[in-house]
Amino acid sequence: MEFKKYSKTLFFGATLAVLAGCGGNAATQEQGSDSASDGQVQPVVTSDGSNTDSSVNGEQMGQDAQSMKDQAADAMAAMPEVETVYFGFDTSAIRDDSREVLDLHVAYLNANPMQNVVLEGHADERGTREYNNALGERRGNAVKSYFMVQGVSADRIEVISYGEEKPAVIGHNNAAWSKNRRVEIKY
Amino acid sequence: MLLNKWLKAVAFTLLCVTQQAVADLTIEITQGNDRATPVAVVPFAWLGQSALAEDVAQIVSDDLERSGLIKPLSRSDMLSLPSQKSDIYFRDWSLLKQDYLLIGQVKPSVSPGMLTIQFELYDVVRQTRVLGEVISGKPSELRSRAHYISDKVFEHLTGIAGAFSTRLAYVTVRKDASGQNKYELKVSDADGRREKSILTTYKPILSPAWSPDAEHLAYVSYETGRPAVFIQNVYSGKRRQLTAFKGLNGAPTWSPDGNKLAVVLSKDGNPELYQIDLTNYKMKRITNHYAIDTEPEWSPDGSKLLFTSSRSGGPQIYQLDLVSGETERLTFEGNYNARARYAPDGTEIYFVHQKEGIFHIAAQELANNRLRILTQTPLDESPSVSPNGSMLIYATQEGSRGYLGAVSVNGQIRYRLPSQRADVREPTWSPFLTN
Repeated sequence: MEFKKYSKTLFFGATLAVLAGCGGNAATQEQGSDSASDGQVQPVVTSDGSNTDSSVNGEQMGQDAQSMKDQAADAMAAMPEVETVYFGFDTSAIRDDSREVLDLHVAYLNANPMQNVVLEGHADERGTREYNNALGERRGNAVKSYFMVQGVSADRIEVISYGEEKPAVIGHNNAAWSKNRRVEIKY
Repeated sequence: MLLNKWLKAVAFTLLCVTQQAVADLTIEITQGNDRATPVAVVPFAWLGQSALAEDVAQIVSDDLERSGLIKPLSRSDMLSLPSQKSDIYFRDWSLLKQDYLLIGQVKPSVSPGMLTIQFELYDVVRQTRVLGEVISGKPSELRSRAHYISDKVFEHLTGIAGAFSTRLAYVTVRKDASGQNKYELKVSDADGRREKSILTTYKPILSPAWSPDAEHLAYVSYETGRPAVFIQNVYSGKRRQLTAFKGLNGAPTWSPDGNKLAVVLSKDGNPELYQIDLTNYKMKRITNHYAIDTEPEWSPDGSKLLFTSSRSGGPQIYQLDLVSGETERLTFEGNYNARARYAPDGTEIYFVHQKEGIFHIAAQELANNRLRILTQTPLDESPSVSPNGSMLIYATQEGSRGYLGAVSVNGQIRYRLPSQRADVREPTWSPFLTN
């Protein structure tokens, strides 16, 4: 059920990406010089729905992984119950007390190679919204790096930052803020 | 199934384009100016049949009072209500210590369905007419005409172009009956009236930015499940999705000629500034740094970009010269300075500045880098300057409710625009309207 929901999201994302012309932009995935990242975007007309009937096949993110045999052998790892790790103010450093939770997720992902994961990065309300979006992404990327170092391939991990837009706890105090600086690990 | 859902979402959006929101923002003036010019704005005479929908003189009076530079006389203190020169007793108005007197008339025009509005501004001391005009409009355009009169009077009295005919855009958030957060992108007149919702979604909306012709808004919406930059015509509601890259798609701002959009994308690994040419959709990366680079803003002449970067540790404001390619750090006071906006004349910048844990709106003159703090509430953000450069609108908090505050760039005048029903945030002041 959860997975199905996610694969729909993936398909939707792929649709949008292709509609947006990212597919035609050879440079979009490249790191490096300014020239390599220059490219072209095409707008997606959405208000009249004229382009939304395009049918797009294929996945944005590869799900080719280990064989069915490997999967069956490792499928026993359970989906971890704790899905949130927390961060200090204006930092994306993984705290020591987060490692246990993250390791459980790594075990689960390694045992279930068809399983993709979304890392939702969040910030507390202090400061500006767009800077907090960047900070939320940094936190998501920190968890992504942690997963990758332990063998989870990058194409199974998506980071989405919500910045300060989706606080877990409402309140203008340290207790609320510390609960809002977080990454949620979603399957 | 999925496509169907998407189409429904599109239809819902379209429906909301024309929906007139119920609750307007209200205005409460919290700090005025002792030396404001006293002006009597006399109720305009109405020479037609059924009552008019709008009190033109009241709208003008409210506009002028909100500026803080003009102090309108209370109607209850008026000894007479002249609407033409022959009815004016100048001695009465000088006894009431008024420097100026604004009178006017509204009457049906010879063209069916149209109104003629005549207004005259008198110098009470010299007993002379200093301003006067006859304009026309439909009954539904009375508010716009009133703001036009405010602009003319304000400019005559202060030498500053009036910005009463401009608009605001902002985001409201409210829990619906099922407890879900409903986000709306709204536009209103500069006085918070005639509010219209132009987008409704259950995912976050942020960073609205007016095009220089004041007809389009660029903004970030999460409605697709990820952040994406959209451009929408505020009149027709027609819109297009501009970006859908992996990672951040944020902080859009328009070049002064309206041909380019600066945005932040993290598709190459780090948040970097890009410019997208809106005539051919060619994209160019502008920054290349492992730190966070975000919140771009074009200088009024289009030759520079302000942005926020964490390249020195915490967020600070930098200015990139697009011609020479050189980057200069502008802020050094405090450990958090972010999301800067230029004054329309380019002489100073406004931004979010943290001091002792409090996030203020601050100004800094570019000639001498002198910083001054303009607001005192704890969580102030998103400053946006009026096109005449005199006022800033920004977002702040009271309890758990976000509302809009306004402060003059010299810090002397303040008012607030609370909403009774929703959390209000991300205000942005339109340029002067071109039509």
